[in-house]
Amino acid sequence: MKSNLIVSGSPHIHKKASVSRIMWTVVISTIPAGIAGVIIFGLDALWIILAAVIAAVSSEWVFGILSKRKVTALDGSAVITGILLAYNLPSGVPLWLPVAGAIFSIAVGKAVFGGLGQNIFNPALVGRVFLMASWPKYMTTFPKPFSYDAVTSATPLAMLKEGKILEHIPYLDLFFGNRGGCIGEVCILALLIGAAILLIKGYITWHIPVTYIFTTAILTYIFGASRLFHGDWLFHILSGGLILGAFFMATDYVATPLTPKGQVIFGVGCGLITAVIRLWGGYPEGVSYAILMMNAATPFIDRYTRNRIYGT
Amino acid sequence: MKTLIKEFTKGIIKENPTFVLVLGLCPTLAVSVTVANGIGMGIAATFVLLGSSVIVSLIKDFIPGKIRIPCYIVIIATFVTIAEMSMKAYSPVLDRALGIYVPLIVVNCIVLGRAEAFACKNNLASSFFDGLGMGVGFTLALILISAIREFLGSGQLLGHTLIKGFEPIFVFGMPSGALLVIGLLLGFFNFLKNRKT
Repeated sequence: MKSNLIVSGSPHIHKKASVSRIMWTVVISTIPAGIAGVIIFGLDALWIILAAVIAAVSSEWVFGILSKRKVTALDGSAVITGILLAYNLPSGVPLWLPVAGAIFSIAVGKAVFGGLGQNIFNPALVGRVFLMASWPKYMTTFPKPFSYDAVTSATPLAMLKEGKILEHIPYLDLFFGNRGGCIGEVCILALLIGAAILLIKGYITWHIPVTYIFTTAILTYIFGASRLFHGDWLFHILSGGLILGAFFMATDYVATPLTPKGQVIFGVGCGLITAVIRLWGGYPEGVSYAILMMNAATPFIDRYTRNRIYGT
Repeated sequence: MKTLIKEFTKGIIKENPTFVLVLGLCPTLAVSVTVANGIGMGIAATFVLLGSSVIVSLIKDFIPGKIRIPCYIVIIATFVTIAEMSMKAYSPVLDRALGIYVPLIVVNCIVLGRAEAFACKNNLASSFFDGLGMGVGFTLALILISAIREFLGSGQLLGHTLIKGFEPIFVFGMPSGALLVIGLLLGFFNFLKNRKT
């Protein structure tokens, strides 16, 4: 069975890891950020996460039956898609929005390509970009943190884009999540706890996240201000979805390169596109588009970074 | 007579220009935002197809083989000009909505393809029905795609709102939505075809 293979560059050593074991570990690693999101934005955030997860799992189940493949609804991969999609939504959206996004993620992001392991794009990001293009009104209205009602505020990156940052936002506020933003992206501390679990378990490697964040930081440091080499690189790392994207979405097994060399190229490319969109593009934030574009480039990267066969 | 009916019907299902031959995708993607545009484009293309197929099959013996493509283009361009001028005169709104895509029928692969692949080898009657069938098939495909896109993208059909409170999915009104709808429909029709065989 193809779906039971975790393919990396050879040689291979057997390990007691399976798709569902890894996926459920990733689910656990995303829980801190979810708890932080619920604390910051209130119970609305919890209902959105639950709606996205339930919709993702049930559409995975339906498409598994329709396509007469092995039903992979309970191996955790659909749960991850739902969670990551919900983490990329503002907490003020109506509940049908995560449901529509999750169905689109699974149907168009995954099922049409042939299910788990065949998708060329990260399904959760496909869903997010679909929602962004379809209902921009809801997707760009961010509730104010710790207010638990209808007060809205702009994200730090949106304020930067509109040139409206009047006073300096303290880095600690950004680090603990006291800012406008999507449910799962605001609390950097919680995201780093989850990322540490994945790194210690060895389910992700440092190559993509580190090169991704490093490239974005360097570029925003050089070009981020009116004078060269005066950009606020720490602000760019801590705001927006960079940490969430770098550790949890750019490291998707299926849609990213297999070899360390390819992963470095992938990370640098993501960082480059993210910085370009943030600094000169039309949107305030570019993480999801950057990762999707590099997903599209993954087959080429894999082709040109193939390991040399031993002895040739 | 039976073969003529076959020439007509093959363009609608078995050799549908959009979903089976996958020709003329540029106007299909561009104008299928609303059903009205789709019907207008379909009728204009059908008129051009019909005219060029008839003329090409009539004068096929006089066209030297080496310069046949330029000759076809001149014939097609004549009919496109007629269609464009009539559209400008009688429905300027539609003309504005379709814009550059009406003159671009000249280079539509379906029209040139039928002239090259069918009309230059067949007699007048079969060419007439082939052109008509292909035109109708193209129009039906456009109506199907544009109905899905108009309904999902703006919640309307032919300008009438169908469901109150439906939040339009903007992405279907955009080019990416056109590619998505055509891709899914192509997959669906291939699925039906595979199941039959």
